[in-house]
Amino acid sequence: MEFAAHCPWLSDDGPDTDVVMSCRVRLARNLARFPFVGRADDAQRKELCNIARQVVLSGNLADGMIWVDLNHATARDRQLLVERHLISKNLAEADIPRAVAVSGDETLSVMVNEEDHLRMQLLAPGLRLVELVERINVVDDAIEAKVDYAFSPRWGYLTACPTNLGTGIRLSVMMHLPALKLTSEIDRVRRAAKDLHLAVRGYYGEGSESAGDFYQISNQVTLGSSEQDLLREFDQRVLPRIIEYEQHARRMLVDDNATLLDDRIHRALGTLRSARLLGAEEAMKLLSRLRLGVHLGRLPDLNITAINRLLLQVQPAHLQTYVAADLNSEQLREARATLMRQTLQ
Amino acid sequence: MNPLKCDYCDKPAVVHEVTVKNGQKNEVHLCEEHAQEAGVALPSHQPLNQLLTQFVISQTSKGKAMAKKPCPTCGMTYRRFRQTGNLGCPDCYQAFEEQLAPLIQRAQNGADHHRGKTPRRAGASDDRQLQIRQLVRELDEAVADEQYERAAQLRDRLRGLDPQSPGSKAVAEPDNEPHLSES
Repeated sequence: MEFAAHCPWLSDDGPDTDVVMSCRVRLARNLARFPFVGRADDAQRKELCNIARQVVLSGNLADGMIWVDLNHATARDRQLLVERHLISKNLAEADIPRAVAVSGDETLSVMVNEEDHLRMQLLAPGLRLVELVERINVVDDAIEAKVDYAFSPRWGYLTACPTNLGTGIRLSVMMHLPALKLTSEIDRVRRAAKDLHLAVRGYYGEGSESAGDFYQISNQVTLGSSEQDLLREFDQRVLPRIIEYEQHARRMLVDDNATLLDDRIHRALGTLRSARLLGAEEAMKLLSRLRLGVHLGRLPDLNITAINRLLLQVQPAHLQTYVAADLNSEQLREARATLMRQTLQ
Repeated sequence: MNPLKCDYCDKPAVVHEVTVKNGQKNEVHLCEEHAQEAGVALPSHQPLNQLLTQFVISQTSKGKAMAKKPCPTCGMTYRRFRQTGNLGCPDCYQAFEEQLAPLIQRAQNGADHHRGKTPRRAGASDDRQLQIRQLVRELDEAVADEQYERAAQLRDRLRGLDPQSPGSKAVAEPDNEPHLSES
């Protein structure tokens, strides 16, 4: 499987990338006259894959679209796609006919036979949801020109689970909130998010733990408001407040607790430069501290893109691809530590 | 001990009422028949737990009957949906609409109607017809429920649809409005 040398979200080139690592918009769509994926049989699922393949590859949706038949992909390739946030863990691990189409620049992916027939998503670094919503709408129109979507006047776009009903849109951001974590304010964000009907999830979305102070925050309500209203609420009202809250906590750390802050940052760097065995979670936690340090100007010799790249490279499938070998968990820990020492000296 | 007899006949009394008024004790004993005649609530011969069991069963069997009726298109049952969280096919939304509506409202912060993008493709004209029919139905319901604000919103939405369409014409006609102004 070939990929571009970079993930779109590795870049530091976007608005508010100090706090918003990346943003994503996803649409859930189903084809009319087919059962939902969970109730379809394998023949129907295959047919859905075939239709999607034809529509997506002939639709001029993006440059260099590639089609990955996940039933023929190796476990490591599937895991690579998960680590790059191009498919969900569920889709990687499912045992049914399924596929994903990915654009050459890895910004667009269309999952086929996840919970819904089609799950199309766009990714970008920083906070650029307005642009992404516009673009996904174009992608959606291009697909809709060739298939009939399941739609009801009352309920909107019909989805397998009613929690995605209506617009089928999920706006999400991967936020880096280390200062709120350090100052134990993160629980207040969680509570506020709950009150605002937002979901706070871990690094790999649904069902995953937050690793390295990264939190995926997304809208939960998909029905009853237009896409633009949902976007406005999330992008202009909710997110700026969380961003400001994190930035404020960072300023407070610098002003009132600079020694503690520098201690945490340099201990992280020290560990990463010296460790001989490193777990993925520990590595992410330490890299998170470096990321904070770079953004606060405490580590002038490092840059964000390099740290973002390491955040990706410490993941198991990327690490094994990097060393070109299958590794057990102990070997992975060793390879991870070696990579860190080589990169951060 | 002999059971007490009814005050009006020889049948055994099943209702015993004892009242004390101004220090005077007054007892009334009635058989089933005379108690019924007197409009006194009857204690049942059945133990309470039996009664309750039957009550519970009759309730659940009613619930089961509702839940057991599968989606005519895909055969999915509501019960299965509650287990998996996923519906079987697009038509399930219609088949289980009654049960789903409150659940969707809870999950969607009270929303019970789509506002947003609609498919633009050819089939969309059929959708508009459906939409008009749906809106007309909802308008009727809103008026019946005296939700006039909602009714006005629905009417505005209907007017926003193609004026040539029968649904919106029908609502735009003043004849259809009197029950709105009657309030």
